[in-house]
Amino acid sequence: MALPRHLAELQAEIESYALGYGLDFFTTIYELIDYRQMCEIAAYEGFPVRYPHWRFGMEYDRMMKSQTYGLSKIYELVINTDPCYAYLLEGNSLVDQKLVMCHVYGHCDFFKHNRFFSHTDRRMIDGMANHATRVRRHMDRHGVDNVESFIDVCHSLDNLIDPWLPFRKPTPSRREPSVEIPINIGKITSERSYLDEYINPPEFIEEQRKRALKEREQRKRIPPQPERDLLGFLMLHAPLESWEADVLGIIREEAYYFLPQRQTKIMNEGWATYWHSKLMTTRALRDDELIDYAEAAAGVTAMAPNQLNPYKIGVELYRDIEDRWNKGKFGKQWDECDDQQARDEWDLGLNLGQSKIFEIRRLYNDVTFIDEFFTLEFCRRNEFFTFTENRRSGRTEIESREFKKIKDTMLQQLTNFGQPFIYVVEANYLNRGELLLAHRHEGVDLRLGYARDTLKNLERIWRRPVSLLTIIDEKPKRIRYDGSEIQISDEPEAWKLS
Amino acid sequence: MISRIEKDHRRFREIVRGRIRENLRRYVSRGDMITRKGKETVSIPMPQIDIPRFIHGDNKGQGVGQGEGDPGDPVGEGEGEGGAGKAGEGEGDKSVEVEVTLDELAQIMGEELGLPRIEPRGSQNLETVKDRYVGLRTTGPESLRHFKATFKRALRRQIAMGTYDPNHPIIIPVREDRRYRSWKAEPKPQSNAVIIYMMDVSGSMGDEQKEIVRVESFWIDTWLRSQYKGIESRYIIHDATAREVEREVFFSTRESGGTMISSAYRKCVEIIEREFDPSNWNIYAFHFSDGDNWSVDDTAACIRLLRESLIPACNQFGYGQVESPYGSGQFIKDLRSAFGDQDLLVTSEIKTKDDIMDSIREFLKGGR
Repeated sequence: MALPRHLAELQAEIESYALGYGLDFFTTIYELIDYRQMCEIAAYEGFPVRYPHWRFGMEYDRMMKSQTYGLSKIYELVINTDPCYAYLLEGNSLVDQKLVMCHVYGHCDFFKHNRFFSHTDRRMIDGMANHATRVRRHMDRHGVDNVESFIDVCHSLDNLIDPWLPFRKPTPSRREPSVEIPINIGKITSERSYLDEYINPPEFIEEQRKRALKEREQRKRIPPQPERDLLGFLMLHAPLESWEADVLGIIREEAYYFLPQRQTKIMNEGWATYWHSKLMTTRALRDDELIDYAEAAAGVTAMAPNQLNPYKIGVELYRDIEDRWNKGKFGKQWDECDDQQARDEWDLGLNLGQSKIFEIRRLYNDVTFIDEFFTLEFCRRNEFFTFTENRRSGRTEIESREFKKIKDTMLQQLTNFGQPFIYVVEANYLNRGELLLAHRHEGVDLRLGYARDTLKNLERIWRRPVSLLTIIDEKPKRIRYDGSEIQISDEPEAWKLS
Repeated sequence: MISRIEKDHRRFREIVRGRIRENLRRYVSRGDMITRKGKETVSIPMPQIDIPRFIHGDNKGQGVGQGEGDPGDPVGEGEGEGGAGKAGEGEGDKSVEVEVTLDELAQIMGEELGLPRIEPRGSQNLETVKDRYVGLRTTGPESLRHFKATFKRALRRQIAMGTYDPNHPIIIPVREDRRYRSWKAEPKPQSNAVIIYMMDVSGSMGDEQKEIVRVESFWIDTWLRSQYKGIESRYIIHDATAREVEREVFFSTRESGGTMISSAYRKCVEIIEREFDPSNWNIYAFHFSDGDNWSVDDTAACIRLLRESLIPACNQFGYGQVESPYGSGQFIKDLRSAFGDQDLLVTSEIKTKDDIMDSIREFLKGGR
């Protein structure tokens, strides 16, 4: 639906404020939609069209319910494409719409400049629509149930991708031919067969054959070293029907598309929050809107005691960094100063704050952001703590206010966005064509029931037994599924990434 | 046109129904549903609908938080992320709670048990005429005057005539402005089925037996209600004497005393004679007991009542017998030997909660 005039004017106004502060974004297109459409698009993760799957219906069900019961309300949705599409909720007050627009420009600028987004497909709206068409076609040919249950299997594996792959090499887009290339041993052909023995001496040929065989043997070790992109690996090596390979490829492509958003949650939301606050309070807000704005803005950065709000911690960190770089609170001198009074009064008047935060939003992701800028002083000022469950009372209690512990816990939660590290180790395990995966254990066990079911799904794709090396209750174990039953056996030692 | 998300949503509902069907026995034997009625929803936890992935297990409730307090102070339960919840980050709750209405559940049960739709008995296309208010007309009694429509007509007329003054907004309807509600008479097929439930609440029926009876009659009731619109029900409880009670009382009462089954049957005959002419009504009677009747004479009286009055009047007479902790459960044997070949009398033994489903099937598979 086209934007009504008063909102279109508002857009122009706010866009000029955003540009005035140096934000740089793709053309941004707003759509005004009702809450049902909002839930629909939110269920489709921001896109108007996705492939048919019940999972989206389930999300929709959940969101509509929570909206109807007033448990939550989706204020804004923006997607990383060029042009950038953002959705406004019909019936929101004008000050809410202003706030959302200001927030959206923060996101759009972030999408365009943060380097973790540099490899994403900016025309993903078309991409998603194409995927939908392809999946529908497969459903027409191979049956809805067939394709749907295969998608279920793929979803079960869609977190097994390699976050660094987009920065390393082009992703394999197609399966290699499955016909084996014949060994070329450099035999010279001649029409005169009696010459054969002389121009192709048998010893030489034998030597060549051995060399070629050995090379092939090496190439046979699949993968050459442990690999995290399981989905890509399956596309290359699993015995898939062509439609299955296509569906798997679609799921994989979309997983990689959404990956940077999960890697930069705190930074992205923090940046958007920083800018809605800045744009609203310095430019867009009218006096009579102040109270409504304050209430909405407070809602965004509200904290629950046992959960970190990425909006809140993000915006506080940007503000802290801005302040430090304005006053020159960085570098050797600052680090070595332990006079509290001097630190409090420290101000070199550098005014580098703005340029520093713009640089950070370009180069960092959540892990590096927290690692570098989550300082002792920041931690104290914002009253962070770690909590843990008291076994005896069953209640959750503050455990510690020790800086190092807080930061470690936080980084651990963020690393690999909270997902376990799983590697493909060996495609011909035990020389029986079995697939071997390994879990790099970082202190937390896998959820066992889920791990079993995931293995079962994997076996469906691999069509041979699959195993996972992991650690359960501090003991190295191997979980194996052979198509009929799950076995868990002891391993002599824990798997390590060599 | 049906939107894409609605298709996905419908698909999701289908899957939910499938899962419910697989676990129907468990849900059906849950006693807490019997306080509900047709449109009310029931939440059913559904753990398997989540997509399994390799994810971290329980990290012993550890994490980082923000706020005041000293080590050892309790941390309050949060209410989730701040106001601006964003889409597409649901890591999946531990289990999904799905809501279905009772009617839906009854229908799933019907499909699962392969229950036939019930054929109505012969000649009774009873109709009642009901008036429904559907529109407006220009004449009518003053008591049906539609104030808002009248006012709007008057306002429109005054604006058109130029006599409306926004600064002095007085609207005076005249005769032509008046609008009245009009009605239409609609024939409505009248309910023509009645279920009469009889339950033995004598002292020999233990709590578990009563629970079984309640759950079973609740589901029969729910199923039959989904088959007939506006079905009538009557409830009789008996020990040595019988009385008619309200539905709520039937499902909650606890009494004790001796057992005279004939008292209930007599009551039932009485109700049928008083209110439900068998030539116009589909009558279903169900009786649940532990089969521990007071005397042989009383059983003989029961059989006589059944043969002479009840079976000829009813579409079906169902007798369900629960396991008696004390007695012999002789009554069902007596019935079977007396009416062995009579298929309008259905007997069923319900030993445990798990038998409820099969017993319902026994009762309703005839589709009478």
